[in-house]
Amino acid sequence: MSKRTVEVELATPGVGPRGETLRVPLGVAQQPDLAAEHMLINIGPQHPATHGVLRLVVELDGETVVRVIPHLGYLHSGFEKLGEYRHYNQIIPLTDRTDYLSPMANNVGFALAAEQLMGIAITPRCTVLRVIACEMSRIISHMVWLGTTSIDLGAFTPFLWAFQERERIYNLQEMWTGARLTTSVTRVGGMMADVPDDFVAGLRHFTQTFPKTLSEIDRVLTRNAVWVGRTQGVGVLTAAEAINHSLSGPMLRASGVAYDVRKDKPYLDYETYDFDVVVGEHGDVYDRYLVRLEECSQSNRILQQALDRLPDGPINIADPRVILPPKSRAMNDMEAMIYHFKQVMEGVKAPVGEAYVGIENPKGELGTYLVSDGTAKPVRWRIRPPSFINLSALPHMAAGHLLSDLIAINASVDIVMGEVDR
Amino acid sequence: MKRVLETKHVSGQSPNYLLAKFQDLVDWAVNASRANSLWPMPFGTACCAIEFMATAASRYDFARFGMERQAFSPRQADVLICAGRLPFKLASVIRRIYDQMPQPKWVISMGACASTGGIFDNYAMVQGIDTIVPVDVYVPGCPPRPEGLLYGVLLLHKKIKGESLFDHVPRREEQPLDDRGLRLPPEQIDEISEPFGNSVHQFRSA
Amino acid sequence: MNPSVDALRATFGNAIGRALESCGDTIVYVGRDALLDVMAWLRDTPGHTYDYLVDVTAVEYRDRERPLEVVYGLRSLSRRADLRVKVELDSQGDLTVDSVVPLWRGADWLEREVYDMFGITFRGHPDLRRILMWETYAEGYPLRKDFPLRGRFSRAEQVRQALAASPEAHYSLEELSIADAYEELPADMKERLRRGTRGELPDSE
Ligand code: SF4
Repeated sequence: MSKRTVEVELATPGVGPRGETLRVPLGVAQQPDLAAEHMLINIGPQHPATHGVLRLVVELDGETVVRVIPHLGYLHSGFEKLGEYRHYNQIIPLTDRTDYLSPMANNVGFALAAEQLMGIAITPRCTVLRVIACEMSRIISHMVWLGTTSIDLGAFTPFLWAFQERERIYNLQEMWTGARLTTSVTRVGGMMADVPDDFVAGLRHFTQTFPKTLSEIDRVLTRNAVWVGRTQGVGVLTAAEAINHSLSGPMLRASGVAYDVRKDKPYLDYETYDFDVVVGEHGDVYDRYLVRLEECSQSNRILQQALDRLPDGPINIADPRVILPPKSRAMNDMEAMIYHFKQVMEGVKAPVGEAYVGIENPKGELGTYLVSDGTAKPVRWRIRPPSFINLSALPHMAAGHLLSDLIAINASVDIVMGEVDR
Repeated sequence: MKRVLETKHVSGQSPNYLLAKFQDLVDWAVNASRANSLWPMPFGTACCAIEFMATAASRYDFARFGMERQAFSPRQADVLICAGRLPFKLASVIRRIYDQMPQPKWVISMGACASTGGIFDNYAMVQGIDTIVPVDVYVPGCPPRPEGLLYGVLLLHKKIKGESLFDHVPRREEQPLDDRGLRLPPEQIDEISEPFGNSVHQFRSA
Repeated sequence: MNPSVDALRATFGNAIGRALESCGDTIVYVGRDALLDVMAWLRDTPGHTYDYLVDVTAVEYRDRERPLEVVYGLRSLSRRADLRVKVELDSQGDLTVDSVVPLWRGADWLEREVYDMFGITFRGHPDLRRILMWETYAEGYPLRKDFPLRGRFSRAEQVRQALAASPEAHYSLEELSIADAYEELPADMKERLRRGTRGELPDSE
């Protein structure tokens, strides 16, 4: 550090833990010459612009960010440890709560990994339903991102529009799973439930009307002078840097790397859908916005195709050792009852081995790495957290920008602290 | 004022009748104004914060219940809404925020995690924020529906309307930490943090 | 089996251990000392070009006899190929491997997380501090198998320690200048910092 750093106390603490009044020195003894000093400010962990409980300690030279030191772990909930104590099907409710902006996609990611570990091939109807679940999640997650980012940058109206669309998807999710947010919709080898009768019509109505909202948001933001001025050329990452920082998802694609797990390592038959991988050019905040906005309409296309091809048939595989028998049979049929008992008490055993499945989550590549030693509980359940890894590029992106740009850059990463800290 | 009222005799009624009426009137006015313009301090950490946001957004809109202004600074807030799980790393932060809020103040614990630790009975999670700050209303659910949160807010209104300025106890003691640095005796914390229900059986990993 | 394995064997010989396949992925075990060379070779050799680091993590098995494994997921974006590299560490012995941060910046936080959760030290990492737990966390490394699910201390003690922590830790001139000058500090101070007793430095008292 060439310049001397001066501590400037912004938080005024008031009362201490014992109820006594605290006096905190404001600055240093002699009046600091602010032009020659670096200043230290603390943002978070409880700050509306950090999208959760992220804490940033920022060193400033005037208004220019010299460096950013993120402090994480304020939402560390021990998911991975907890997973070692749960059966595979019991982990699915935990996956909801990691990235709680796209719960259904997380359910799918975990179920796919567990199925790969156990060598299960799911039914055609289940495959299409899972595609629907993933793409619905992508839309609601990007809607939260749009809403909160536009608030951060001073536009309030898109937030209300975005949340209206979310409520419509929430209604569909609730119709399907009974829960608005914590859906737990998949099971190893199938789904928790089939979609109800009017779900398809409801979702089709959504896909027909959603583009209108998108075009409204597009009209308000894309050529808005304030929006463009605050996002273009801010937080630029080149393609090589993005790869070197292991970024994924919209962050990687905004820098011009056309890697999308759905196309390049397809799962759930994504290769048979007709959609475009959206790639940016400059790798700045504006391109990330454009990529996410366009991904919403691509998701909409996928949803329409999925609805068109939704086949009839069972949603679960036929193996009674993996899938719980229906309650009515478990109560009347001896064999079904034994299977029910064994699954509930002992869980589904996975063979020795390990599996990694990456899926294209709204935030980036969500990887699930499962290691099994042959028992019903995994030895290791590792989540490759896309927003954790994307966030690690923040200090690199923010250095040299203005403090207000730091907020825009941080918003553009699209973090969700439940997943960053797990 | 009090003396004047006490010496005034009204035939057939106890001398304190008017005083009591007057106090009721004051309480009613103060409590109604307090209850109907609560300024929430959203301490949103995890999934429940998303439902909190949904409650604040257009469909549910808790501005209808006087929570128009969200105070993002604890110094201008009346009610701390802890929405989401609270790991140990955040414990001192929520305590600091609570200490910074001016009196009178209330706390709503939203969701299973904030109230009891929820599904996270492990090394990282505080088993209920009542081990750290006093809580007025617990809203159950994982996450609570927006209607649930609104119901909790209405319960808090009810509680506020039942309070009185005149009963000569501090409306809400500051509840500082004791010299061990805890709000409750350690045995009590251990007891309320004990696993219950299904999680009792989930301590073996194989 | 991924063709890179044979190429690795031809180049590095004994440093490459067994290779196996699980659920369609190739796993290759690499000796601890050769790790950095192998990774650099995999990244830069034409025809292999594993230019993207997917993940760094570690696994400890329930079987105490089995060594700890540090797991690296590699991917070649241009060839759309994956390879998983593992390093075995004796859980009783020295838990140190070379850091791959010089090759991939993205490994920075991932390695810090493995250090935080498993206690594995990454030699050459620029800033190896705990990342998820706080720095004075005294109960150990949560994802190790001998760590109980609910932590080692009683709940009351955990609450007490959590409340005693300063919410403004890591926010001072000293913190930053110490972090800057870490390499030049005397050994005993480094040791104290490593143990996480930063608050007790003489001039912060
Ligand atoms: S109660 Fe449920 S929804 Fe709320 S924070 Fe906890 S896990 Fe998330």
